[in-house]
Amino acid sequence: METLDQLFVLLKEGILQIAEAFLPSGLLPFVSILVSITAIAIFAPAVMMYLTWLERKVIGRMQNRYGPNRVGKFGLLQPIADGIKMLTKEDIVPAKADRFGHFLAPVAVVVPSLLLFSVLPFGRNMIAADLEIGLLFFLAISSVGTLAIFIGGWGSRNKFSLLGAMRALAQMVSYEVPLVLSIVTVVMMVGSLSTMDIVEAQSGWNGFRWFIFTPWGFFGFLIFFIGSVAEVNRTPFDIPEGESEIVAGFHTEYSGMKFALFYMAEFLGAFAFAALGATLFFGGWQGPFLPSWLWFGLKTFVLVFVIIWLRGTFPRLRVDQLMGYAWKFLLPMALVNILAAGVWYYLSQPLASFASAALLVASYLLLSRLSPTGTRLEKRTYRYAE
Amino acid sequence: MLGPGLLKGMAVTLKQFVESYTKKGSIFTIQYPEERREMPEAFRNFPILVYDEDPENPRCVSCDICAKECPPRCITIVRDRDPNGAGLKKPKVFDIDVSVCMSCGICEEVCPFDAIFMDKDFELSAYDRMESLNFHKEKLLRPNSYFHKIRPTDAARIDANLKAKQEKQAPTPPSGTTT
Repeated sequence: METLDQLFVLLKEGILQIAEAFLPSGLLPFVSILVSITAIAIFAPAVMMYLTWLERKVIGRMQNRYGPNRVGKFGLLQPIADGIKMLTKEDIVPAKADRFGHFLAPVAVVVPSLLLFSVLPFGRNMIAADLEIGLLFFLAISSVGTLAIFIGGWGSRNKFSLLGAMRALAQMVSYEVPLVLSIVTVVMMVGSLSTMDIVEAQSGWNGFRWFIFTPWGFFGFLIFFIGSVAEVNRTPFDIPEGESEIVAGFHTEYSGMKFALFYMAEFLGAFAFAALGATLFFGGWQGPFLPSWLWFGLKTFVLVFVIIWLRGTFPRLRVDQLMGYAWKFLLPMALVNILAAGVWYYLSQPLASFASAALLVASYLLLSRLSPTGTRLEKRTYRYAE
Repeated sequence: MLGPGLLKGMAVTLKQFVESYTKKGSIFTIQYPEERREMPEAFRNFPILVYDEDPENPRCVSCDICAKECPPRCITIVRDRDPNGAGLKKPKVFDIDVSVCMSCGICEEVCPFDAIFMDKDFELSAYDRMESLNFHKEKLLRPNSYFHKIRPTDAARIDANLKAKQEKQAPTPPSGTTT
């Protein structure tokens, strides 16, 4: 059990011991780094490939279809076929595009989404870099991808690309705020930005100390989840690439592997945010019986499923609805949530839970009453028709 | 209030997702090469020529009516002749260019000898669009039993008609030649 739990940690130690035999000891830290990087560089694209498969399967089932089932059993080889197709496609660069920017963007968008994996605790002792500012690092790096999206949109020299890129920026600036503020509550409780410490703080009580079971944790998770779905441009917040409006948004002019890299960044971002959600609110790798990394994967994939489920359910928001929702509803809710977390922390239980829950529910009802859910439609009068 | 409507929508999609695994018949996809939809009897695609016993003596008497009526003029008929040059009541060449044919079925309507009928076979892809899509007589000829198989009610009606006609003309058997 213990070996199974620490399987990957032991594997890495084994590789280091082999390396120790015929390498100078000064090089060992670099070997250690290389092993971690290799593991992530293999794991992340593999996850991305099978996320596309999972998404197509789940969405297909929700729409009463089978989804891919031709290449391999259950279509399991479909991502590989897609990969070969993407690699062999012609790479088209518009004649008047900013060639350097056009080339730089897909690279610059994938690198941050790979870096996100370095601070995720995949299991007990299983983290590539246990930074003391892990959470801050994650949030900072995750917004760098937006810059790459704007480079791509600008460099394509296409109106649709530029519109998509500007939408992406506006959306990300708006949703970053409630996203970070919802995480602040967790940092307040734990008193540390290290993802390992956050997971440790949720241990005990057979899982009932997961932050999701506290009032502020519940609302905080909802805000975090909505914000992170918007942050990675997934439906219903995918207006930067809204097909029905602006062709494909910022990646209109991308084809072949460059397009696949944008796609990869989106899926890796979705996976990383789901993993962060599991870390912050669902106790990370904690859980009985199963190895810790399996628990972490399970929780992450449940959240990924919810993200796909959202895509299968909701249509795309309008730009004004999107902005209004972030600034008029999510931001005040996140601020109230911080207050509720403070109330929960300083009052004694069970009064604390009750008070903070009451505060949150009251402000939720008030805010949803205040923010208009839709423009009131008047009866249209036509001048020429009818 | 925000929320309940969203949850209701999500419940609908989750129900579809679960039912696609548990409830039979909730996925409508017909997986084509393995599963096939049963075509209705009136389904029609491209014409075929029907013969009774001998492929050398089809029902077609090469009267050329179908070729003249065909809106896109995709039928080519050349009458067969005996060594003396007298015309025979059968076609020497009967070509249908299916790349031109528009599957209207007028040839079947106008044929006074019940010789040409619309087939149901639609899997006719070919590697080139000239010669492989110009169907010759050999490819078009089908026994009456095949016609019975694809369109039983039509075939039964037509067989009854032919029999009645034959009995009226009896006892002289239909001659194979014209002068």
